[in-house]
Parts: sequence; structure tokens; C-alpha cells
Amino acid sequence: MTAPLTPEQADRLAVSWRDAPGLWGFLTTVDHKRIAARYILTVVLLMFLAGMLALDMRLQLAWPDMGRMTPQLYNESFSLHGSTMLFLVSVPVMEAMAIWLVPLMLGQRALAFPRLAAFSYWLYLGGVLMLWVPHAVGITPDLGWFEYPPLSGPGYAPGHRADIWAQMITFTEVAALAASVNVVATVLKMRPPGMTLARIPVFVWSQAIAGLMTIFSLPAVMLVTSMLIADRLVSTQFFAPAAGGDPILFQHLFWWFGHPEVYIIFLPAAGFVSMIVETFSRRTLFGHVAVVLSMLGIAALAFGLWVHHMFAVGLPRLGNDFYTAASMAVALPAGLQIFCWIATLWSGRPRFDTPLLWVLGFIATFVIGGLSGVMAASAPLDQQITDTYFIVAHFHYVLIGGAILPLLGAFCYWYPKATGRLMSERLGKLAFWLIVGGFNLGFFPMHLLGLMGMPRRVYTYSEGMGWGPLNLVATLGSAIAVAGGLVFVANAWWSRRHGALAGPDPWGGSTLEWAVPSPPPQHNFDHLPVVDSLTPLWTQKEALQVMTGLAVERREVLVTSVIEATPEYRQKSPKPSIAPLFSALAVTILFIGSIFTPWALVWGAVPLAAALIAWFWPQRERATTGPLAVRR
Amino acid sequence: MSDARPCTIVGDVSGLPESASGAKHLVWWGNIGFMAIEGTAFALAAGTYLYLMSQTHGWPPAGIRPPDLFWPAILTLGLLLSELPNLWVRRRAIAKDERGVRFGTLGMTIFGLVLLIPRALEFAHLNVHWTDNAYGSVLWMLIILHTSHLITDIGDTAVQAVWLFTHEVGDDQFADVEDNANYWTFVVLSWLPIGALIYLAPRLG
Repeated sequence: MTAPLTPEQADRLAVSWRDAPGLWGFLTTVDHKRIAARYILTVVLLMFLAGMLALDMRLQLAWPDMGRMTPQLYNESFSLHGSTMLFLVSVPVMEAMAIWLVPLMLGQRALAFPRLAAFSYWLYLGGVLMLWVPHAVGITPDLGWFEYPPLSGPGYAPGHRADIWAQMITFTEVAALAASVNVVATVLKMRPPGMTLARIPVFVWSQAIAGLMTIFSLPAVMLVTSMLIADRLVSTQFFAPAAGGDPILFQHLFWWFGHPEVYIIFLPAAGFVSMIVETFSRRTLFGHVAVVLSMLGIAALAFGLWVHHMFAVGLPRLGNDFYTAASMAVALPAGLQIFCWIATLWSGRPRFDTPLLWVLGFIATFVIGGLSGVMAASAPLDQQITDTYFIVAHFHYVLIGGAILPLLGAFCYWYPKATGRLMSERLGKLAFWLIVGGFNLGFFPMHLLGLMGMPRRVYTYSEGMGWGPLNLVATLGSAIAVAGGLVFVANAWWSRRHGALAGPDPWGGSTLEWAVPSPPPQHNFDHLPVVDSLTPLWTQKEALQVMTGLAVERREVLVTSVIEATPEYRQKSPKPSIAPLFSALAVTILFIGSIFTPWALVWGAVPLAAALIAWFWPQRERATTGPLAVRR
Repeated sequence: MSDARPCTIVGDVSGLPESASGAKHLVWWGNIGFMAIEGTAFALAAGTYLYLMSQTHGWPPAGIRPPDLFWPAILTLGLLLSELPNLWVRRRAIAKDERGVRFGTLGMTIFGLVLLIPRALEFAHLNVHWTDNAYGSVLWMLIILHTSHLITDIGDTAVQAVWLFTHEVGDDQFADVEDNANYWTFVVLSWLPIGALIYLAPRLG
């Protein structure tokens, strides 16, 4: 086939990739865009809930000696807020953006393993329900987002609050690992012809690197929470000092995951920033190679920093010195990236639409968070400020500034691609100023409160401490930021019906997702794009170079070589299936059961095995040869 | 037509094959990804063992005998020997030999099930209970972690054998057999450091 698809062939192709209508289609879809959209909608709902918890806590702290929350309710609130934001919002939303964008940026019709993506979402939803359904009936984890033993061990945390937290992690981490393997395999083996390693868009690089980091870090938290559950359920002694165990072991394993997690969240955000800066500066990204190498550098250093979360536990001083140096070193690649973005803006012709505003807000806020991070990296200083509001300020500047602000920019940037309509610029700018202004008003005073000695995780304080005025300012700022968040969501909701029509490429983007209609059809691309540069839509202005030859009557994708992206073979892409949902349900039964009895690992494996066999059972003709051949 | 831009045809992929083997195949990379995850878990579990060992006076703690060597020696020998038929099955898969992969996966299933006997007897000769102390806990964790991989791969091989005997085998299924054989090699190789920790560290430490 060397001619473009005829209209009949194009229709046939669309039918091949179409989901079943109605509820069945909803439950069985393997369309990466639908899966990512439900991830993102779930995250938006959770951000609202976690935001309300935050506001509730800020109201409690607005004045001294407030009694509207009990200490227990306060403990539950910050535990639920932190666990939700770290495990159910920040990491999953970045994966969702990868699931949505990576195939589109690679000119592909699907991810490498479409059913694995569906399985990933259903398990993630299981994690969401694992935390929030017990909360609805009054059983809420109350030991913070990292639940250290011995406090979370069998001696001090009776009931199932700690188990719920630990098993919520297992759900979300299996989901994240499934998503990461999927994204990494897609990036390595499903790039369009011509997209050599040197021509991979920065966002795709960022997601591949974050995926690899996930693969090498998340097993640590699954292992350690499983050990915690075992200590609680079957009386193992991992964290019991009297029997040779060690609570510090928990911290080592937790932060082996926990510190890379920060960069698993930040690197995709750096990917968003790179794409937005390039498009809105109307020039290719300055220092593409430097930005990608910085990402790799950050990824490598991220695995050598975990002890800086543990300076206060009394480790050997030489170790502290090493981790101080490594923590400071990470500022170098991060700073290099920022200089590249500034250089791109400086030498380009910037257009200050809302996506770019979010990037500018990110740079200002993230630099403050980065600098306070360099301060906290110093072990002697950290001894003074650890567990104070200085740290609360620092990690909110890094996580909100470094990840959420770019995410909101990315949302504005790709919203027209997903919906076909532009978001309101006026409401967008209002939301930007409310969120960035409110955030800085809310969180900057916390640096000062921390230096004044206010510890984190206190439900109230006495008037004589002198912390009242700054706390009131912090609460006001937080309320303004939450109002901004509501404006942002209202804008997205309103623009879905009333926004200006976007067309395929409203911003003049350079990457392949802008070559398809908005919203993209289920099969994304009629033809296989061929890439000749980092910015194919800018270098192929007249007409896009494409290849033909993939089947139209069934689902098929092109697999290419790892380095040069040379076409290798045509791979059948799986059809929609209910098996991922059933498998996730079977895993859910096993995980929940294993909170109550270790035998759940045995009997729970039976339905899981059945569901997995149904999932992977290849559909082919019965044998006509061999001892079990069908007689005809 | 869905593409929003005019296009120029510069090539045609309809002549490409519909499957591949080895590292060319997409699923091979998925398999590697999951081995990387599980390999990380093994490495961290081994790190946990060494960490607890470094924090404890006497390893094993006083009054506990190291785990007995007879059954793990049988198992280790069996696992290493299983690589002979396993690598043969892998070669048959690459050669797209239908009869070879059918009987090969059946043979590997039986071999795997037989290996579960010395593994089961190992549990009875660990000489410590997981509730006794952290040494017992981490030792049981390592062996359970490995056993779960062993059982999973034997189960996978069994299902694969049933499917292969009852269906016409296509190129993708030959690739699946190859991946499964690679995974068995991973299970065998991961046992060597884990087994060394369980059985040698208490004697050398």
C-alpha cells in the first residue's frame, strides 16, 4: 500500500479501534486517552478533597488555642492529606499525563501494553477506595504519610488504620510499576521511524527516565510496607529492637523510595516546562542535550540522597557529610535546566498565554524551594529545622512549585488537544494569580514560623509563642489559593462547552500530537508519521512525511528498533477486554484479605490466577497436530 | 481521514513481518521490565538481610543453628540442571519448533514441580521460626520471596503447556515461550545470591 488511505479505509480503521458503546465499552476500554482521562478526573476529585483537608487544618491553626479540631482529628487530617497528595495525586497524575501523551507524541495508535494500562487504572482506583472508604466509616490512618515504626507497629497502633495505609501503598505502587513498564517499553520500542534517541522530545525523555526511576525505587516501599504488615499480622520482628529488629531499617527503605519519588514527580514536570517553553518562545529548546543529561543526572543522584531525610536519627557523621554533598550536588543539574529554559525564553519571541504564565510561576517558586532545599541539605542546619514548619514550607515549595504549577500549565496547554476547545484566558489568568499569589502568601510565612521554632504536626499552639499573626497570614493565603483552584476547575468545566474552538494546533506546537485533530480519534493517526528532527511539525511545514501499510481491519502498531527507531515488525495490538478489571478485582480481594489473614495470599491467588489466565489466553485456532489435536 | 495535516507518503511497512523474536519483540522488553522490578525487590531484600546482620551480635543469634544444607544443595543442583532443558526449550522456540515447545514446556512443568519437593523440605530445616527474631523474619522473607517466583513461573509454564498442546502455535506464542524460558533463568540466577545469603552468611558471619 503506497497511497494514502481512502475514505472507506479510514472509516474501517476507525471502526477497528472503536470501543463498544455504553457501560461495556467503559469497563473494557484499552484506549490510552480514556484511561488517562479517568486517572486525571480521579486526581482532580482527590485534589479537591485533600485541599479541603488542608483548608480545615489551616483554619484550626489560624489562631492560637483553637479547639475546633481534636488532636486525633488533626492527626487523621494531615495523614490523609499527605498520603493522598503523595501516593494518590502526585505520582499518578504524572503517569496519567504519560499514558495520554506518550503515544500521541510518538505518532502511535496505542501504548505497548494497552490492557496493562487499564489494569493500572483499576488498581489505582482500588488504592483510592482503600484509603477513602474506611475514612468514610471512621477508620483513618493517623500516623502521617510515612508511618514510621515503632509507632505504626503492633505495640502502638492497634486496629487496622496502619494496615489500611500500608495496603493502599501496595495498590498504588503496583499500579505505578505497571504504568512505568508500559511507558518505558513504549518509548524504547514504539517510536516513529526517524525518531532516533537524539530526536526524542524532552517530555518523552522525562517520562522514560521517571519510569525507570519508578522501577528501581518503588519496590522498596512495597517491600517495607509488606514487612510492616507482617510485623503486625504474623509477628515477624523486622522493626522490633528487642528481637534484633531495627526501626531505622524502615526509614532507610522508605526513603530509598521516598526521595527518588520527589524526582519521579519533578522530572515529568520539567518535561512539561520544556515543551511549553519551546512552543511559547517559538524557537527550539536551548540546550536540548543539556536538559536531557540533567534529567539523567538528577535521576542518578536521586538514589544517593535518601539519608538527608534521616539526619536527625543519629547516623555516623561521615555518612551525613556524604549525603549533604550529594543533596547539594543535585542543585547543579536542576539549575542547568532552569538556565536552559531562561535562555530559550530570552532568545525566543515569547507569547505570554496562560501555559507560559504557569511556567514563569513555576520558575520563581521552584527556585525558592530549591534554595531552601540547599539550606536543609546541610546536616547541622537540618538538625535545627527538621520537623519544623521550615520543612513544611520547603517541600510545599518544591512539590507545588516544582510539580503542580507546571502540571496546571500542562493542563492548559494540552486541554484544547483533549477537548477541542481552548480554556478561557481571562479565567485562566485569574486562577494563575490567585493560586501563585495565594500559595506564596500562604507558605512563605511558614519558613519564618519554622525558624521561630514552630513544629510541624501540632494541632494548636499557645498565644504566648507569638506564632499567631504569621499563621493567620498563612491561612489567608491558603484560602486564596484554594479559591484559585476552584476558578481553575470551573474554567475547565465551562470551557468544555463554551471555549473557543481550538482546531488541531492552536499554539503552533512542534511535536506530533498537534498533527491530529482535537480531540484525537480513538486510533490517533491514520498514517505513521516519519520524523526528521526534534521539532517535526516545524521542519515539515508543507506536508507531514508518513508511512502506510499498517492493517486497517484490525488493531496493529509498528515496532521499531531501540536506538535508531528503524521499523522492525508489525505487532497486533490487543482488543478491549474485561480481564484487566477482573484481574484488578482479584488483586483487590487478595490485598484486602491479607490485612486480616496471611492465608489470603494463598486462597486469593486462585481467582487472581484465573483472571490472569483469561487475560493472557491467546485467541487462536485449536490444534490440528500433536497428541491433543482436534479431530476433524 | 483523521490526520489534520496534508501528508507525503515516504514508505510502506506492509512488507514487514508480523512478529519477531528476542530483543526485537515488544513483549521481551515488558518481561525485562518486570525482571528489573523483581530483581530490585530481591536486591533490597538482600540488603535488608545484610543490614540486620550488621546490627546484630552473632549471626545467627545465640542458640540458633544455621539452616541445614542438604535440601538446598539438592534444590540448587536441580535449578542449575533445569537450565539444560530450559535453554533447549528456548532454542526450540527460536527455531519455531511446535513439537519441541509443546513437549519442552510440559517437561519443564514436571521438572519445576519436582523441584518444589526439596524447596518444601527446606522450609522444615531452616531451624528458626519467623517470630523468633529478626534473623528468622528476614530469612523467611527471602525464601518466601523466591518461592513465590518459583511457583509463579511453574504455574505460567503449566498454563503455557496446556495452551500449546491445544492450539495452533503462532509466532507470538513462540516468543512467549522464549520469554518464559528467560524468566526461568532469572528465577534460577536470582536464587544463587539469595541462597548464598540464607545458607552461607550464617556460617561465615
